[in-house]
Formats: sequence, structure tokens, C-alpha cells
Amino acid sequence: MSKTDYLLEIKNLEKSFEGGTKVLKDFSFSVQTGEVVVILGPSGCGKSTLLRCINGLEPIQAGTILLDGQSITDGKTKWSQIRQKIGMVFQSYDLFPHMTVFENILLGPLKVQGRTREEAGIAGEKLLERVGLLEKKDAYPRQLSGGQKQRVAIVRALMMEPEIMLFDEVTAALDPEMVREVLDVILELARGGMTMLIVTHEMQFARAIADRILFLDEGQIVESAAPEDFFGHPETERAQRFLNIFQFEK
Amino acid sequence: MDWNFISEYVPMYIQAAWTTLSLAFWGILLSLFIGLFCSLTLYFKVPVLKRVTAAYVELSRNTPLLVQLFFLYFGLPKIGIVISSQSCAIIGLAFLGGSYMSEALRSGLESVEKGQVEAALSVGLNQGQIVRYVILPQAVSVSVPPLCANIIFLIKETSVFSVVALADLMYVAKDLIGLYYKTDEALLLLVLSYLAILLPISIAASVLERRVRYAGFGN
Amino acid sequence: MQDLGIRVLLEGNNMIRLLDGLWVTVRISLLAVVISIVMGILLGMVMTLKNPVTKALTRIYLEFIRIMPQLVLLFLIYFGAAKAFNIHISGELSAVIVFTLWGTAEMGDLVRGALISIPKHQYDSSAALGLTGIQIYRYIIIPQTLRRLIPLAINLVTRMIKTTSLIVLIGVVEVLKVGQQIIEASRYTAPSAALWIYGTVFFLYFIVCFPISKLSGKLEKRWQN
Repeated sequence: MSKTDYLLEIKNLEKSFEGGTKVLKDFSFSVQTGEVVVILGPSGCGKSTLLRCINGLEPIQAGTILLDGQSITDGKTKWSQIRQKIGMVFQSYDLFPHMTVFENILLGPLKVQGRTREEAGIAGEKLLERVGLLEKKDAYPRQLSGGQKQRVAIVRALMMEPEIMLFDEVTAALDPEMVREVLDVILELARGGMTMLIVTHEMQFARAIADRILFLDEGQIVESAAPEDFFGHPETERAQRFLNIFQFEK
Repeated sequence: MDWNFISEYVPMYIQAAWTTLSLAFWGILLSLFIGLFCSLTLYFKVPVLKRVTAAYVELSRNTPLLVQLFFLYFGLPKIGIVISSQSCAIIGLAFLGGSYMSEALRSGLESVEKGQVEAALSVGLNQGQIVRYVILPQAVSVSVPPLCANIIFLIKETSVFSVVALADLMYVAKDLIGLYYKTDEALLLLVLSYLAILLPISIAASVLERRVRYAGFGN
Repeated sequence: MQDLGIRVLLEGNNMIRLLDGLWVTVRISLLAVVISIVMGILLGMVMTLKNPVTKALTRIYLEFIRIMPQLVLLFLIYFGAAKAFNIHISGELSAVIVFTLWGTAEMGDLVRGALISIPKHQYDSSAALGLTGIQIYRYIIIPQTLRRLIPLAINLVTRMIKTTSLIVLIGVVEVLKVGQQIIEASRYTAPSAALWIYGTVFFLYFIVCFPISKLSGKLEKRWQN
């Protein structure tokens, strides 16, 4: 087997914040092409930081991150190159408020990849159609609901034709009735074979979409299991406690 | 009121207003460039430069234009730096205005959320592209109200230009009061001249502000 | 030549005279600020009234004062009012009148801004706790208003001091005028005096204004939330 067996490999990653608090400790794991990994864990466990490290938004102190068998943390490749292969969607959507939906999704393809407006435009319309927002093409972000904004943000990331998508609590800021429309888009991506790393608090969704659940606590992997195993009979006490938070009894 | 006197001296006021306005134009333009440069060095925390800029901003904001002009016009020639009246006025206004423009632009830059930069990074834009396509367009629109206020403030500040021997509106008014004792007429023309200059600008500014607010980005 | 210039500052009581001149400026500013704060609070409260007549009047007052360069206002009082009422108003008194008129307008607008910036739910939730109208103002509204207001009011002091430099142009003997006198007197003994004197005046203003604006900035930051 060649090195490219794994799409993303993380080896002995160490990450601490400026104050000195360690967020990720000797962290290693790998993701295969087409695999959907959902990362769960209590707040402050380092799950969002992990995604941000993979996208180069946070400096790391030690370890390596490999994409397609190539190190992306050795400083040899520009992050702007690497980030084209890694799509990221944030909790707060962060659409560019001064641009229309269409301008938002075309900015990267035109300015970073140097694609033509015709070609990228066709691709953009197709993707907008897929998430049901083609008629909002010329709307400004402020005219959209939260769920619609988040779907546009997903399209914006997909426009770069990434090899892997990172979702950082993308439904956490949404009203409950809008969560579904966003999750449906991600489910459809999974069916299409997209490799994804998803941080979420939606347990039902995690169970449905994940090929593998990664449970983090205090900057380390506590459990890594298939969803039915993790939710059915979690092995560690920490995971059990975490899952109990989502159970209600009267 | 001596209306004949007034109509006789209107052209003199127009001439003076023109002097004021053209100097104000160049001073304000220059102050915008200084302000843009300073706000960017402060925003990006450019080492060393940011300290120089911060010192300049404090010096400029905490001293009156009148005193700055006295120093430029009467002080500097003593060490061989002779600057013309016009240049003194423009330099003084730009020195004062640069810091105000810098603060206005900086408040705009800082209003752009961190998430915007991260989102731009994550589609692969580089630093220069992020500034150009994401940060500046948003910052400028937030800065429009304070920038407009600064322009009006700076035009008002030009009223001290007479101290560097420029025949501006104040100079003409004082002349007429001193020479002919036509106080009422001179002051009326003075007030009307400033209204004629500042009222349209002030109305234009508030229209522009409303436009910007209407196009407001609030998520 | 230049060492002669700097000596002028230390000669006789020149430095004391400059400081005395500066005090004239600061004294006028402080007097005007104190009156402005009192009048400005009243004006600000009047401005929040829904009465169309007071609204229009205060608006006209505010806009006129704000749009005119302060030097024009000084001329209007010093030359204009003197002639109109056939009385002599001293430069200092004119300055106090003008800066009070101006300061009141600025302060009034700040007070109005601070008052309307308190969100309505602050009133609602304090009423929901059972507080009476006076208690709501005493414990909830006024403390919050003050926190917004005080930094801006302090900032007004520095603006006032800087603007007061204009009084030299209506013949008040203040720091710049004293400087001119010293330069005149040492015209032959120290030809480069102007550089040093005006440089000193520049820094004197800075030394007075800088700590005040720093204080204002600090308070604003601390009370932002």
C-alpha cells in the first residue's frame, strides 16, 4: 500500500495556547478517503482547535499533519495552497457581508484559483441549486436566514473543490427549525463520498452520518469507535457521563 | 445694515472662501493618505512603525492646530526651514487630520470580525487579497460617518489659517471690522460664507451616512 | 545661535510667564467645561423630550453651534455682541461665553446620546423586579448613563483646552501671546527664540492634554461593557 492510503494523517500533534494551557497532547489519528469522522466531546476538549490546526488557523508546537501523504506543517507549502484542498465551515457562517451570495462563493475560485467567471459561475449555480438556494444568488447575506447563510458557507467551501471538509459546530448558532436543512446538505455530501471531519453536538445526526466517532476529552482521544458501538455501549466512564448529558428523565 | 457695502465685498469673501477651500482640499486629501497608512500600521501591529505612528497620533491629537502652525511658520525658519504660507497651512492641516483619519479608519478596521479573516483564509486568499477584498471594503463603510465628521471638523479648523498670513475668511472679516468698522456686515458675510461651505457638505455627509447605514451589513 | 535660543526659556522668569499664560487658557477651559456640564445635562434631558417645539429649537441651536468654526463664534461675541449692545466684552469673558455655548451643545448631545443608548429592556426588566420609577433611575439608568458619559465628558475637556488656544486671536494674553512677547523682547539677543518658544508651547499643550485624553480612553475601555 502506498502512503496515500490515508487522506489525512495527524502524528503526535501538540498544541498549547499562549498562556501555556495544553489543548492537544500527543495527538494522533488518521482519516481515510471517503470516511466521515464525527468528533464529540465536552466543551474545551480541543475539538474545534483540532480542526483549526488542520486548516492552519492555529500554530502548532510539535507533530506533523499530512494530507495525501505530504506534510502540510513543515512550512514548505504555502497555507493558501493547502487550504484550497481543505474546505472549512464555521459556526458563525462568516459570509462576507458586502458581497452577494454569488460573489461570496466566486471569490476563492476567481482570485485564488484564477478560474474563469463563466466556468466557476456554472459550477456555482450547480452547487447553489443542489442546496436549494439558486434563487438567492444575488441576495446579500443579511437577507438570508441563518440556515440559508450556513448552506451558502458550505457552497463557498465546496467551490474550491476540496478533498476534505471540516465542519466546526455548524448548527450551533442556528434556530432549531433551521438545523435540519443544513444537516441534510452535509448528509448528501456524505452520500456523495466526501471525506469529512465534523464537530457537532447533534447526537442523532452524529449517529446517522458517522463512519467513526472520535470522543475527545482534555486534548486526547478517549474513544474511537463505530457509531452504534459508541452510542450503544461506550467503553469508558467519561464517554458514558458525556452521553448522559443528552438523556432526560423525569 | 449697509447692503451696498455687502454687495461690494461679496467677491472678496468668495475669493477668501476659495483660498480656504483649496487649501482644505489638499490638506484633507493628504490627511486621508496619512490616516490610511497609520491605521494599517496600527492594525497590523507593524513592529517599530506602530510605535512611531502611535506617538504621532498622540502628539497630533493633543495639540491645537494654531500652535502647530505657529511652530511651522515662525519657529522652523529659525533653523533654516522656510515654508510658504500655503504649504504651512496644508502641512498643518494634514498633520492634525492624519491622526483623526487614522482613528476613524482604525475603528472601521477593528470592526471587521476575526471570523471574516479566517473565512477568507480558509478559501485560500493571501494577506494582500484579504485586505483588499474582505477587510477594506467593510472597514471603509463603517468608517464613513467618522470620516465625514473629520472632514467637516478639518474645514472648520482652517479658520486659523490667517495666522500664517493667508487671506482667508477670518482675515477678510477682521480686516473689514478694523478698517471700516463695518462689524455687522463683516460678520454676517462671515457666517454666511461658512454656512455656504459647510451646510452642503454636512447635508451630503448625512445623506451618505444614511446610505451606508441602509446598506448596513448587520448579519 | 541655537543655544542662545534655548537660553531664552530659562532666562529671568520667562518659563513662569509661559506657564502663567497657559493657566489663562486652562482656567477659561475649566470654567467653561464646568458650566457646560451642568447646562449640557439639562439640555440633553430637554432634547429627549418628545415635544416638537423644544426638539426644533434645540436642534437649531445644536446644528448652528456645531457647524460654525469656534473662531467665528468668538468673533460674533467679541466684535458682534459688543457692537450690537454697545458694551465692551473682554476677550476672556467672550471666550467663556462662546466655549460655554459650544460646550453645552456638545455635552447636551452626549447626554442625549447616553440617555437614549440605554436599551428599553433595561427599563422593562428593572420594572419587572418591582422597582419604582425613581429607583429605576437611581440604581439602573443613571449609573449606566454616567459610565457612557464620563469618558466623553473628560474628552471634551481636552477639546476645550485645545480650542481655547484660539483666544489669542481676540487679544487675550495667554501662552502664545506671552511667547510672542518674549520673542519680541529677545529679538536681538536670541534670534532663534521663536523655534524654542513655540516648540515649548506645543509641548506644554501636549503635557496638559495627553494625560486627560489617556484618562478618558482608559475609562472608556474599562466601562465599555
